[in-house]
Amino acid sequence: MTYSSFFQNQPVVGGVNGARVVVSRSFADFTPQASFDIKKCDVHRLEEGPPLKAELTREQGLQYYRIMQTVRRMELKADQLYKQKIIRGFCHLYDGQEACAAGIEAAINPSDHLITAYRAHGYTYTRGVSVKEILAELTGRKGGVAKGKGGSMHMYAPRFYGGNGIVGAQVPLGAGIALACQYQGNDQVCVTLYGDGAANQGQLFESFNMAALWKLPCIFICENNQYGMGTSMERASASTDYYKRGDFVPGIRVDGMDVLCVREATKFAADHCRSGKGPIIMELQTYRYHGHSMSDPGVSYRTREEIQEVRSKSDPISMLKERMLSNNMASIEEFKEIDVAIRKEVEDAAQFATSDPEPPLEELCNHIFHNNPPLEVRGTNPWVTLKSVS
Amino acid sequence: TFRVTVRDALNQAMDEELERDERVFLLGEEVAQYDGAYKVSRGLWKKYGDKRIIDTPITEMGFAGIAVGAAMAGLRPICEFMTFNFSMQAIDQVINSAAKTYYMSAGQQSVPIVFRGPNGASAGVAAQHSQCFAAWYGHCPGLKVVSPWSAEDAKGLLKSAIRDDNPVVFLENELMYGVPFEMSEESQSKDFTIPIGKAKVERQGNHITLVTHSRYVSHCLDAAAVLAKEGIECEVINLRTIRPLDVESIETSVMKTNHLVTVEGGWPQYGVGAEICARIMEGPAFNYLDAPVTRVTGVDIPMPYAKILEDNSVPQIKDVIFSVKKTLNV
Repeated sequence: MTYSSFFQNQPVVGGVNGARVVVSRSFADFTPQASFDIKKCDVHRLEEGPPLKAELTREQGLQYYRIMQTVRRMELKADQLYKQKIIRGFCHLYDGQEACAAGIEAAINPSDHLITAYRAHGYTYTRGVSVKEILAELTGRKGGVAKGKGGSMHMYAPRFYGGNGIVGAQVPLGAGIALACQYQGNDQVCVTLYGDGAANQGQLFESFNMAALWKLPCIFICENNQYGMGTSMERASASTDYYKRGDFVPGIRVDGMDVLCVREATKFAADHCRSGKGPIIMELQTYRYHGHSMSDPGVSYRTREEIQEVRSKSDPISMLKERMLSNNMASIEEFKEIDVAIRKEVEDAAQFATSDPEPPLEELCNHIFHNNPPLEVRGTNPWVTLKSVS
Repeated sequence: TFRVTVRDALNQAMDEELERDERVFLLGEEVAQYDGAYKVSRGLWKKYGDKRIIDTPITEMGFAGIAVGAAMAGLRPICEFMTFNFSMQAIDQVINSAAKTYYMSAGQQSVPIVFRGPNGASAGVAAQHSQCFAAWYGHCPGLKVVSPWSAEDAKGLLKSAIRDDNPVVFLENELMYGVPFEMSEESQSKDFTIPIGKAKVERQGNHITLVTHSRYVSHCLDAAAVLAKEGIECEVINLRTIRPLDVESIETSVMKTNHLVTVEGGWPQYGVGAEICARIMEGPAFNYLDAPVTRVTGVDIPMPYAKILEDNSVPQIKDVIFSVKKTLNV
């Protein structure tokens, strides 16, 4: 292979000791697009499911890789910061489940809506918030996406409604967002996520009923990572066929470790909703490497062997990378460069998150009401009156 | 002037706001085709149709959550609870999803929603259908809690609540729905609103201040009429809003009369009257009190059914008169 000097978009990355490493192959050498077989989805009350093949372009592949790897590294950095006690309280990490967030975002439009529960950092990122603002929110600084007032479970962005702490409460909210889409006639959908633990909540069934009755454009997605905190799905659910639990709502069960499978299924679901057929349920079979939260080691209710097996056989990032390499869609060096760039991004973000100041005390009582004249808020004792502005 | 029942005033308020802003819609049990369980939404479905007036299944947690989600995504829902007793099934959505969100999001996500419905005791509906929720909702930052008395209150405050960009809990009273009131000329304007957070002095007096809300404003005015014959002039303050509480109006009055009696239908412990007592003690009016504040409240029991028991479970006019005289030591 000759090293031509006529490279297009030649990426240059700083290597060890400042030595400059140049990618040695031009884009013309790579396969621009390939078709991949994806696992067939089980269906419920549907004539057919998503396609069995997915097209992937080189650009898409690198983008999905970048997104998943960024989420992975961001979550591992959060783990580190939590153990250093720089992050406090609840911290529910998403590593292992990256294909879900990346695949869903790849299939919907930025103008669509998404709401999830508390394992939300991945979605906060895919919905447009920077790693810097996410980590700074976790460390409770004023540069955090919610100015340090929300924390891990309460991050918001346009068309992203959090981050919700109460198990299951986000599901009726999501159905309501879908109602607003229908009401406004804007052809948008709402992706409403919940876990296998929340799948037994009564308010979900209330939401399924109303969504089906009114044909709301709501994609209900169960991220089944097999454990609701320390309780395996078999010990919590009389039926673990979460994609069927909507009864009269059609459902599909999807390999949640394969970003292409998730993408195709979500496209299928979004088409279903946009065509006015009403809600649909997707069960994504996925896995979390960490325990339920940082206070749960995650090995009292499952074996280390089980976790290791998923890591070695089904890791979403490895799977995508191997697919692309074996189809000559990218080079190992490219992936390494991306990894290096992401590490730097996450490191810089962590640096910001640990050095940015905490929110000023003057902010304590702000944001109680919207579009409201300033009001007085009682402090801890009668002589302390604090000011609150919108 | 116009003689209008509280029910019709509420209906007018919703009708005008539905017409004014297409993002406003009403959802709840029986609000559409039944014309409302208490006929408050009579005629609205016929006028505005299925899109704007939505009958829900009997699933409070679900439809309250749906209403909150719709508010987050740009609409302006009015969520009706057939009575506030049923709001307990949905209270997580009211507090954790609606009230706290603007704060948790540091001002990024507002929730312009109204939760309305009858609150407190009715007649013969027994314990599970008679609770007053003023204190429970009044406890929570992020909510505005309104409790109208007259038809003018009902119309002006409901219009304000619907136009407010924040979650408002609007506590009506079933026994007041059919009561007619004179309404002012200005209240007939489509832009007539009453500000949330401001109490109204319904009757001026120099000897003692009566602070109350909702149905008990009537009781206090009736008691004041009886007491006036004995030379005792009561100042009656209609709170109109539970949260934020208009402490200043109460203090101004107490600094004039030196005596205070609170009157409410809810239970005494941790109630509206208890809060007023605490606030008076913390402010300038304390030094003007010639006697401790007296609270007149519902009896501290679940509401019984038998008429004689029920009648004696809530404040009566004679209880207000008695308490005024005790407070004045006459």
